Amino acid sequence: MTQFQAQVFVTLRPSVLDPAGVAVQAGIHHLGYTNVQSVRIGKLVELTLEASDRATAEAQLTHIADQLLANPVIETFRIELQELATAAG
Amino acid sequence: MSHALNVGIVVFPGSNCDRDVAYVTSELLQWPTQLLWHEETNLSDYDLIVLPGGFSFGDYLRCGAIARFSPIMAAVKDHAAAGKWVLGICNGFQILTEAKLLPGALVRNRDLHFICDRVHLRLEAKERPWLQAYGDKTVIRLPIAHGEGCYYADPATLAELETNRQVLFRYADAQGNVTPESNPNGSLNNIAGICNAAGNVLGMMPHPERAADPVLSHSPSDHTLDGLQLFKSLLDAAVG
Repeated sequence: MTQFQAQVFVTLRPSVLDPAGVAVQAGIHHLGYTNVQSVRIGKLVELTLEASDRATAEAQLTHIADQLLANPVIETFRIELQELATAAG
Repeated sequence: MSHALNVGIVVFPGSNCDRDVAYVTSELLQWPTQLLWHEETNLSDYDLIVLPGGFSFGDYLRCGAIARFSPIMAAVKDHAAAGKWVLGICNGFQILTEAKLLPGALVRNRDLHFICDRVHLRLEAKERPWLQAYGDKTVIRLPIAHGEGCYYADPATLAELETNRQVLFRYADAQGNVTPESNPNGSLNNIAGICNAAGNVLGMMPHPERAADPVLSHSPSDHTLDGLQLFKSLLDAAVG
């Protein structure tokens, strides 16, 4: 079995209003960076898991993200996966 | 002929309106009522299952996202598929959308505030069983209390909801005009409550259980019992 570190980035679909992003953008403008044209806020979920290989880990993470971590009605997700170590035996 | 509905009210960790609903069905309506822990899996005794308001599982990740995986939800899906009544109030509505028992999603209020208020609602699709006891009334007033009540669905889903007359409640002014000013949270089409195509599953952000006891008069007298009528409607539909 191989241990993997995964990061799942969840972001609102472009068609969904992000009022929190708009509020943060206003703060950035008040900070002086009026050149910032849009802010969208999402979530980062970090997972550690064991799987027989990379493809299996990716398939499981895609299912987890699609079913729970993101709601496809309003959100999209992107997965990044790094191999940590291969367990002995 | 039955004069009561058997009511099951689901209690998730973090539910907090479960007892308010039980007070309405058990005390005010004298219907057999049971609180059901979210690990229950047999719902065969019940005519109406209520998913109450609150903050199930702390609203972590998204409102209702984790409750959707509670063991009871498979039985709730079967209950709905059998054509029996399912009512989701506030957090319950959010759970029903996460569970795909209702289309769309509920996202952060347009102005980011948690809103605790009383709002006017225009009754739509009055042929639906849930609205049978309202008689000639077209505008009701119910309390709302939510931070994520902004209804969202893609354009195709919205069009389908409207065509099928699945929108039951719309935020409106006291005269029943659906206006941008009367929309408290930015919901598309001012949607406050929808049912599934079959009509037996209803989700709504307003709290009917908080407008059911004349002692707790929350509004001018003609609106005091606006929430109770929703529950009574189901009995009318059951008895025929």
